[in-house]
Amino acid sequence: MNVAVKPEASAEAEAYALPLDELNPGHADRFRDGAIWPVFERLRAEDPVHFTPESEFGPYWSITKWDDIMAVDTNHEAFSSTGGIVLGNLLAARERLRLPGERTKEEQIEAARRGEGSSFISLDEPHHGPKRKAVSPTLAPANIALMAPVVRERAGQILDSLPIGETFDWVDRVSKELTSMTLATMLDFPFEERRKLLYWTTGDGAEMTPEERLAAALERQARFDDLWEKKRNAPPAMDMISMMAHNPVTRNMSRQEYQGNVVLLIIGGNDTTRNTISGSVYELNRNPEQYDKLRANPDLIPSMVSESIRYQTPLAHMARTALKDTEVGGKLIKEGDRVAMWYISGNRDESVIADPNVYDITRERPRHHMSFGFGVHRCVGNRVAEMQLTIIWEEILKRFPEVRVAGEHERSHSSFIHGFEKLPVVIPARA
Amino acid sequence: MPRILYVEDSGAEHAVEVPEGWSVMEGAVKNAVPGIDADCGGACACATCHVFVIEGPDGLTSSRSDMEKSMLDFAEDVRDESRLSCQIKVTRELDGLIVRMPASQH
Repeated sequence: MNVAVKPEASAEAEAYALPLDELNPGHADRFRDGAIWPVFERLRAEDPVHFTPESEFGPYWSITKWDDIMAVDTNHEAFSSTGGIVLGNLLAARERLRLPGERTKEEQIEAARRGEGSSFISLDEPHHGPKRKAVSPTLAPANIALMAPVVRERAGQILDSLPIGETFDWVDRVSKELTSMTLATMLDFPFEERRKLLYWTTGDGAEMTPEERLAAALERQARFDDLWEKKRNAPPAMDMISMMAHNPVTRNMSRQEYQGNVVLLIIGGNDTTRNTISGSVYELNRNPEQYDKLRANPDLIPSMVSESIRYQTPLAHMARTALKDTEVGGKLIKEGDRVAMWYISGNRDESVIADPNVYDITRERPRHHMSFGFGVHRCVGNRVAEMQLTIIWEEILKRFPEVRVAGEHERSHSSFIHGFEKLPVVIPARA
Repeated sequence: MPRILYVEDSGAEHAVEVPEGWSVMEGAVKNAVPGIDADCGGACACATCHVFVIEGPDGLTSSRSDMEKSMLDFAEDVRDESRLSCQIKVTRELDGLIVRMPASQH
């Protein structure tokens, strides 16, 4: 294992030295520094349902163990998605420039409680289900089977264009390329402009000023307004925009709700799979005996994919708002409190997963992980994610005996998107 | 022990004796019967243990809880005879139950 000892030791010391009530597991710096594990390990052991009274996110609860996370995630009556599904940084929110006509946070929550104005991930039942069902057929196995050959062809093209014997950034050349290609296919968005999808939602790696962010949002809205008109006036097709434009449940939704769904589908279909592709390369390098097993037996690809999704947990948390006083793990969560379910911690819960800190591609039940969430908001695109990861690895193993990490990686500065900004690699030779 | 027949989408049959108190899902997973994923481990929280009840006692398909109905809503190819197999508890009355798995779990 090629792991520097020092930073991990200091992260552990810091995590255990702080008084519990000062422990703010959502602090993004630790995620950037790869220093989160001791924090969650301590919380699972000492304070599994943990309250942080003051933070950049305001006061919030952290749920860190599998069973408690499952209890919150499946209790839709008590824990609402309408207050926002991410721990929001309050400082960043103040600096953000609002779009013309954009609602305030309070107005948005009120509208979401009525079942409108937000993407379906931020709605509760009975409003959420019918809207989710308007897009879910695009992401179901039957349609995925149709999409797979296209993804495979594009994966092959990406891999064939990579340099041999020369260091390059895997995140940029492979992870982002593959996922933005798939997304452009599913949205029927112009293929040549696929990287705009990344820029419009996350800056595509670049830090954006509030002005740039506003300009990007306006451009995205305009382009997707056009696409909506085009799809509405064309016969129904199997892409996600067409499905929403023709489904009776969604065809009359407000512009704000439509644009919210677009952002949801872009982020949901993008960062998650992208970061798991990067994470799988990273972990197979840290665990060469696992890489050897995979090379020797490509039938292990599906279980390697699931293990990588568990190990990476590309969305570290989802947030809820308590609608009524509710006891979780012996603590009383009060009406109105914000709650973060740390999937990334549940996936390392030693009481449910054996040797959770070991990356093992031969686990008996590799799909038994929390990365897709549970309950009615469970990831709608999970099979698309698995399909892309499986295909890229099938194609990698056909071509390259090794993809070798060849420099320092950079992690994302976020406690929501757990990912890689850069991962330098070298491919020593073709097969 | 009650005997349950699991039929894969391909038609392959697996006859399994399942202890009372287990779920129909557990009867498959613990005996390596393919076609049921059960990602959540039996919490009615993922809908990846979807089965069609082909033959069983009356009322078996009408006894879905609200939670099961919500989750089933997201499965593919849901029919009147659909159930989440983690929510069917095995009892003596279920001896002879026949369930069929869908082509894939979603």
